[in-house]
Amino acid sequence: MTKQVQQLDRVIIRFAGDSGDGMQLTGDRFTAGTAEFGNDLSTLPNFPAEIRAPAGTLPGVSSFQLHFADHDILTPGDAPNVLVAMNPAALKANLGDLPRGADIIANTDEFTKRNLQKVGYDANPLEDDSLAEWRVHPVPLTSLTVKALEGFDLSKKDAERSKNMFALGLLSWLYHRPTEATISFLETKFAKKPDIAKANIAAFTAGWNYGETTESFSVSYEVKPAPLPAGVYRNISGNQALAYGLIAASVQAKLPLFLGSYPITPASDILHELSKHKRFGIRTFQAEDEIAGVGAALGASFGGALGVTTTSGPGVALKAETVGLAVTTELPLIVVDVQRAGPSTGMPTKTEQTDLLMAMYGRNGESPLPVVAPMSPSDCFDAAIEAARLAVKYRTPVMLLSDGYLANGSEPWKVPSAAELPDISTAFATAPDEGETFLPFKRDPETLARPWAIPGTAGLEHRIGGIEKADGTGNISYDPDNHDRMVRLRQAKIDGIAKDIPALEIDDPDGDARVLVLGWGSTYGPIAAAVRRIRKAGGKVAQAHLRHLNPLPANTGEVLKSYDKVLLPEINLGQLALLLRARFLVDIISYNRVRGLPFKAEELAGVIQDVIDSE
Amino acid sequence: MSELLNGRGLSLVPKSDAKQGMKDYKSDQEVRWCPGCGDYAILAAVQSFVPELGLKRENMVFVSGIGCSSRFPYYMNTYGFHSIHGRAPAIATGLAASRPDLSVWVITGDGDSLSIGGNHLIHALRRNVNLNILLFNNRIYGLTKGQYSPTSEVGKITKSTPMGSLDKPFNPISLAIGAEASFVARTIDSDRKHLQSVLREAAEHNGTSLVEIYQNCNIFNDGAFDQLKDPEQRDDITLRLEHGRPIVSASKAVRRAADGGIEVVDRASVAEEEILVHDAHRADPSLAFALSRLDEPAFEHVPIGIFRSVGRPSYDEQMAAQLEEAVAQRGPGDLDNLLLAGDTWRIG
Ligand SMILES: Cc1ncc(C[n+]2csc(CCOP(=O)(O)OP(=O)(O)O)c2C)c(N)n1
Ligand code: SF4
Ligand SMILES: [Mg+2]
Repeated sequence: MTKQVQQLDRVIIRFAGDSGDGMQLTGDRFTAGTAEFGNDLSTLPNFPAEIRAPAGTLPGVSSFQLHFADHDILTPGDAPNVLVAMNPAALKANLGDLPRGADIIANTDEFTKRNLQKVGYDANPLEDDSLAEWRVHPVPLTSLTVKALEGFDLSKKDAERSKNMFALGLLSWLYHRPTEATISFLETKFAKKPDIAKANIAAFTAGWNYGETTESFSVSYEVKPAPLPAGVYRNISGNQALAYGLIAASVQAKLPLFLGSYPITPASDILHELSKHKRFGIRTFQAEDEIAGVGAALGASFGGALGVTTTSGPGVALKAETVGLAVTTELPLIVVDVQRAGPSTGMPTKTEQTDLLMAMYGRNGESPLPVVAPMSPSDCFDAAIEAARLAVKYRTPVMLLSDGYLANGSEPWKVPSAAELPDISTAFATAPDEGETFLPFKRDPETLARPWAIPGTAGLEHRIGGIEKADGTGNISYDPDNHDRMVRLRQAKIDGIAKDIPALEIDDPDGDARVLVLGWGSTYGPIAAAVRRIRKAGGKVAQAHLRHLNPLPANTGEVLKSYDKVLLPEINLGQLALLLRARFLVDIISYNRVRGLPFKAEELAGVIQDVIDSE
Repeated sequence: MSELLNGRGLSLVPKSDAKQGMKDYKSDQEVRWCPGCGDYAILAAVQSFVPELGLKRENMVFVSGIGCSSRFPYYMNTYGFHSIHGRAPAIATGLAASRPDLSVWVITGDGDSLSIGGNHLIHALRRNVNLNILLFNNRIYGLTKGQYSPTSEVGKITKSTPMGSLDKPFNPISLAIGAEASFVARTIDSDRKHLQSVLREAAEHNGTSLVEIYQNCNIFNDGAFDQLKDPEQRDDITLRLEHGRPIVSASKAVRRAADGGIEVVDRASVAEEEILVHDAHRADPSLAFALSRLDEPAFEHVPIGIFRSVGRPSYDEQMAAQLEEAVAQRGPGDLDNLLLAGDTWRIG
């Protein structure tokens, strides 16, 4: 029987199961197949903070959402079209996000009385009509997997473990995904255990064949490849892109990278990634705490390395005093803050944009520094290079504000070649330039940066420190006017970077929009998707997105003032709005939700429409 | 790699061609400690000692925290970093770990290293980074004008403890030995010869050396170490620790006690062969630790000298070795290869 094939322009799938069910791996593999097929895509994993919450419970549910399309897309999607629910907990935890008419593929084997009770189902929802609004496909995934693996010398338990591969096979059939990459992935992953590799491949194939033969699925779907610009692509998450960006920055700056870091969710993966690349001369130092991490990075910078520290909000709080020291000693340093929900421990695995004001002002004294925020997972690569460029050129600490959504989300990335990347190298001071005395705080007239004179350079021996320094000589100074001058010089140096960054670009196709929607950081995708919806419906709205938050692009004020209304969605209570209102006296309209989740395109489209309608 | 692990010490620090003297190491900055402060004596001892190492001056770095003692780097005509309170070991770790060609010195006070910076100190010691940590112990907070410190004796009356301090002090030597330090020594500001002999060994040592220097703060804790300076009693109190020599003062000797520990006895009462011979290189730290406890209660008998000096690979040389090994195994990193590793696909 040949089944019907239906064309779709985009699909959002959510794989959900117990944290022990391998949903992240399943999602990753489906993503790899989808990428290889040539769709544009965007992913969003969602895992519990607990490493192993009790099996079958709501807190133990782990999920992975993937949005793929035949055109370029901007977000992992608002609401899934398909939910794969490996157990009752996964169904219950995700049902609320599922629009009417969506497909539910449920593993019936796990809908036992006990499992149902664990999550408070009195009756089996697959058997009563409580799911009537959705299209339910009950599939005994576990027992089908066990049956498919009967010929293998495996315990029942081990065989059951392959059920995620059965599910992957079924979904791969349903959406016409290529299979070769997954098979070779499994062969490599289990190279040391060929039996397990074979079993997983058998489960995967059985899942595919089940789709082909079963009556529960009468239609399969095709999503054509997206017309993306020519090039070589790979899928990349924000944390990985950020780590690669730091490596690229080290190569392009011709400086050895020194990472001082202390593990913290959701930043640890950057430490893990960088520690794998010692071949690049990268030193990774897992310090005793965040203070030591940034201290060691600053010490390495003093010695001529590209000093980097990676952390999340609680760690930035601890590092503040050392960052201030970097501000006043005017040494390059990159501080990566992968923001998460706060205050305090907050919700470590959830995203937020709530550290902007801390990045700007969370230190004693006047201690300005540049703040850069990537706008998508792959943009973390370029943003890291940009942060390094500023740090090295202006001899300053730079805050790089990523967040949990960017860190763990992924998207296809057109891989640049090293030759396309900017040269961000700088020169160390080699000799005193005025007579015999070396002036460690004599500034470059253009950038106001001071010389970077590293130990080992004869004739430039000097002392730096946290005490106020006399302009030029760098000697300790308590002179009131000198302090006033130094405070202003440090500020002017950072402000001057505005001349060295791109102007704020406006996306306004017809040039006659009266409402501007502005964003920064990870909200780019949802905002842009919302803007598309408005325009598709005939509405007019302009969009602009800030990547440099300090200093702001030189034309920012002008842009804000040229619209009747400026809407600024932020995943905080209006931190950028506060800064912009104070600086430009513009009556920004804030839209704020702090739910630990990214905005949805539909939600933002509604907000934008309301602002347009209120014109 | 094995060659490297024999110990870096100062072997990678370039030597100076020119002959150096004390004046080469004096900076042009006016020294601003209170007249009579023990810090002067230590500064002079260091300035007159370092030329002996014959290193290039520009390859020497002094990193300090905050406190009176931490002003020290300003007065040395080398590279210097006067950092923030307690963090010097962390900053120096990053510097030393990435620059094997530098001789890195940490200058810290008892508050700086044992209160706010206690965590960094113990971790630097266990890692064994090539650092020389000089702990100026005046048993008081000098710079903040005289509060008690983590080495102040119980019952110390200060501005913040008008009825006497309650907390038991740290013994920095015991702490360092407990923190897996490979080199631990104690000396005193007033004995330049001894101070310099300890510094010499500390400088050559591979890994972190911790040198506790008893330092008099004549303003807020004057006379804290007077017993050790008083010609009447110092020779009786001071137990000299010299590797391979019996541990004795003028009138006392250390021997094994019946209970398995060690004890201080009247020197005249023991036969020479009963006296414990100091072994600074003993792998097992328990004897060195026991020696550090002899000073309880304080100043009845005080061991001075090198408690422990054992060979152990330093963190920085092992870190460098890992980088070399990574290159040896798979060649130097190539950015294009890195970015294209894993699943890729071509469009167009
Ligand atoms: C974060 C921070 N907390 C407190 C201080 C104030 N402070 C400066 S030095 C010091 C104690 C210094 O004592 P110690 O380390 O023994 O040095 P000494 O002055 O005795 O040489 C304190 C509490 C500071 N500078 N920074
Ligand atoms: S207060 Fe004490 S330690 Fe500080 S400079 Fe004066 S005498 Fe020295
Ligand atoms: Mg002190």
